[in-house]
Amino acid sequence: MEERDSLATDNWWDLRDLSNIAGEILDLAERIGGNELAFIVSPIIGFVAAFLIFILPTQLFLGVYGERKIIGRMQSRYGPNRVGPFGLLQPIADAVKLLTKESYTPRGADILVMYTAPIVFVAPAVMLMAVIPFGPNMVIADIPVAVLYFLAMASFPVIASFMAGWGSNNKYSLFGAMRIVAMTLSYEVPLVLVLLGTVVITGTMSLQDMVWWQSDNNIWLVFIAPVALVIFFIAVSAELNRTPVDIAEAESEIVAGYLTEYSGMKWGLFYGMDIAYALASACFAATIFFGGWSLFGLEQWVPPWILFIVKVYAFYFLFIWTRGTLPRLRIDQLMKFAWQFMLPLAALNLLLLAVQRLIVVEAEIETSAIWWLFGGINLIIAAAAIYGWAKVLGYRRDEVPERPRLVKEVGGYVPYDSSKGAR
Amino acid sequence: MTLYDQWLAVLLAVIVGTVLVAVALIATRLIGPYARERAKSVSYECGMLPVGRNWAQVHVRYYLIAILFLLFDVETVFIVPWAITFTEMPEFVLYYMVAFIVILSLGLVYAWKRGVLEWR
Repeated sequence: MEERDSLATDNWWDLRDLSNIAGEILDLAERIGGNELAFIVSPIIGFVAAFLIFILPTQLFLGVYGERKIIGRMQSRYGPNRVGPFGLLQPIADAVKLLTKESYTPRGADILVMYTAPIVFVAPAVMLMAVIPFGPNMVIADIPVAVLYFLAMASFPVIASFMAGWGSNNKYSLFGAMRIVAMTLSYEVPLVLVLLGTVVITGTMSLQDMVWWQSDNNIWLVFIAPVALVIFFIAVSAELNRTPVDIAEAESEIVAGYLTEYSGMKWGLFYGMDIAYALASACFAATIFFGGWSLFGLEQWVPPWILFIVKVYAFYFLFIWTRGTLPRLRIDQLMKFAWQFMLPLAALNLLLLAVQRLIVVEAEIETSAIWWLFGGINLIIAAAAIYGWAKVLGYRRDEVPERPRLVKEVGGYVPYDSSKGAR
Repeated sequence: MTLYDQWLAVLLAVIVGTVLVAVALIATRLIGPYARERAKSVSYECGMLPVGRNWAQVHVRYYLIAILFLLFDVETVFIVPWAITFTEMPEFVLYYMVAFIVILSLGLVYAWKRGVLEWR
């Protein structure tokens, strides 16, 4: 990769580039144990740093505490406020409680499958964290196929969930497992297509190169492909079983889905890693769509990793927000939505972006302002396509009837909302 | 840094993940209480005794979704190499891909008309 101008110096105390400190440690390791030791030590430094600076605080205090607190406030409750100041020690108390609980396996369960399921669930979550760029030189593993890698690793929870559901010897677990498989299969295709749309524009699958592309052209991919972000968000929520689309563990329908027979730490691992997956998805969304650690030149002064973490938090808040406000959908609605609404839009998005990229390459347009133009065009097309396609499929706003009336399909009734008045 | 350095970190991540789970599961076995009891090991079914076999039959529509997924996932497998390289290729490669996606959308339309996409 060619050298780029940067204000960050090579001094180890320069917070703008933490890789300098890592470099100092590596030099030390090389002096002590030669090349081999440095070879082993370098990823370890990366993991320890990422864990201490980002994963641990975020996981505990945004993932567990923050999520519960924010949802609590959204639902006019207090949320956790007993353990420690403002309930801040709640995640630690939870961990201790889970550790000291009995982790039970029911009779007839397939013990091998049941105990390997958490391993299959946890390891890919850690692997996802390895490829996320925190700064210009701060990435643990800058692999050239990171987007494909993300898709592969984000599909692992399904396998683990299916193992959990199948091995539990319980009807609800089995139904939950079948549901999550069906759901992930449906949402996988649009997800792959929209991510390929971003690959088409940047011409690379490496996350670091994607961030460089966005910082070189002074545009974020979300401005070029707005519909891609929407589809990415919905598909990832569905894959990771987040609440508006979590029919696989819908407690009002099938107890706890594939986790019905899980208890204690075995359940805790699934719970904690659900958060880790959501976090990793937020990281990928921030990297691919929101310019990663770059912020239109500001990353020269503010440490880029702080910019990145702020973006991840903002995106993660979106996850929490949807979880706190939207009601759960039915499985038939979700399937129809994936195949009939999202798949055609994703394919259209891919072709549109390919045509625009080809125009830029063939006409040899050097200025990056062309992408803002294409972004404007795409925004209009996206709005028109979403609105028009929803109209074609017959999606409507919820009706507000003048008096309560029974609805056969749902088995409930639509109440009369007096604030809206008669129409 | 060569390519293998990068994948070493990925391998390390696998080991870290596995060790994490193993430690957690062993710790909970050591710390937590453990008492085997007949009634406790009955699989959960809303507090009642379970009815019938626990590996229940599932509806055939899941199978249809899986078949449909196979078709479209194979499609995306073909699109992946195209997406990275198509700017270096001649222009007509784009039209080939348009034709490819159109043909596959015809498949989607067919499945739609047969009612496969409806969850019944």
